[in-house]
Amino acid sequence: MNSILMAMIIIGVIGCIIGILLCLASKAFYVEVDEKEEAVLSVLPGNNCGGCGYPGCSGLAAAIAKGEAPVNQCPVGGAPVAAKIGTIMGVDAGESVRMRAFVRCIGDCEKAKSNYEYTGMEDCRSMAFVPGGGPKSCDYGCMGFGSCVKACPFDAIHVIDGVAVVDAEACKACGKCIEACPKGLIELIPYEATNVVSCRNKDKGKAVMDVCSVGCIACHLCEKNCPAEAITVEDNIAHIDQEKCIGCGVCAQKCPKKVITILNEPKETPAQN
Amino acid sequence: MTQLILIFIAASIVNNVLLSQFLGLCSFLGVSRKVETSVGMGGAVIFVITIASLVAGLLYKFVLVPTGFEYLQTIVFILVIAALVQIVEMFLKKFIPSLYRALGVFLPLITTNCAVLGVALKNVTNDYSILQGVVYGIGTGVGYLIAIVILAGIREKIEYNDIPEPLKGSGIVLITSALMSIAFFGFAGVI
Repeated sequence: MNSILMAMIIIGVIGCIIGILLCLASKAFYVEVDEKEEAVLSVLPGNNCGGCGYPGCSGLAAAIAKGEAPVNQCPVGGAPVAAKIGTIMGVDAGESVRMRAFVRCIGDCEKAKSNYEYTGMEDCRSMAFVPGGGPKSCDYGCMGFGSCVKACPFDAIHVIDGVAVVDAEACKACGKCIEACPKGLIELIPYEATNVVSCRNKDKGKAVMDVCSVGCIACHLCEKNCPAEAITVEDNIAHIDQEKCIGCGVCAQKCPKKVITILNEPKETPAQN
Repeated sequence: MTQLILIFIAASIVNNVLLSQFLGLCSFLGVSRKVETSVGMGGAVIFVITIASLVAGLLYKFVLVPTGFEYLQTIVFILVIAALVQIVEMFLKKFIPSLYRALGVFLPLITTNCAVLGVALKNVTNDYSILQGVVYGIGTGVGYLIAIVILAGIREKIEYNDIPEPLKGSGIVLITSALMSIAFFGFAGVI
């Protein structure tokens, strides 16, 4: 009994001494931390993805607290997080459009041709050292070796039938895949965007048709038929200005190669005439 | 002096804390993804183990042995190590912020690292003096650094290899560390 008591006393005393020491140390070594910084950090997602351009969430929190970064800098948290940070910092968050990544290629194993069979390192960036810049006949298309898949911190991009496809729901628009893609195929588009051009081949129509059945041949049909004048064809490739696009879907219907894909259902039915 | 050198080599290479004693494996697998972070973790472990073996040794010799409560060593050491890491963290944050940022999350991770507690307890079972204990601690820390940096180097190379689907992730890392462990057993008998 006595020894149990003694053991308790010893542990208790040691614990108390350590507690007092820690207490003193926390006073002696107190570092002033910006309250706003901590509050902002607690609101941020905490993935430390680096999509904002700062080293992790704590880096962004420090920058926001100092006023060096806007409150809507975090692409992952989007509008809800920006609003919360806005109330902490006492500024209006403003409108922030939810974005998503999009791979501008749908030339999968069936639709696009290959020059040869490739077995080797599964990495898009190493294709620069492979004859012809990789097995795919199209010089602009997705090679499907998944450098973007490895780069994605949210498991939102996957290679399906040899082409990378973004899962719009899981995508947080952090931009890691954009940096990873050596072909520059991935871009950020508004989450709400309906019509997108799924090709980046800048070659002339004939050359495109030789390598892929779903390549933009720069026929200008979409440009001519767009009621909102949102489409322009430059460098033999169509571009859709998502700010002007009304999502009518006429371009997708007119496109002979079916390069313009409809992501979400059209907002309104096109006027029949 | 010779004995101290022997203790150091034995702790760092022959009886490597990770590869032949299998202590502290959680952080070994957890933060060995990149060489850079593994060096940070290794540095932090050397730092904490050295101080922890000194303080734990002092406490054991001057408090637990005289009062006859040697059996309390485990609980006391856990208490001391946790508090120590806390104080070290506060100290670094105040006076050497650059080192604090470099060590980052690794310091709190070490609080519950079994390698640190293992060294404190081993010092007792091996009947080391305080100086020997500290040298043993440094040696263990250096051994930890060597092993984790080698594994991180291998893992950086593995990233680009075609690994069978079921082995991806920790599977291949465990196999790799098992092979490293076998290789390190080659040192057995050196001392």
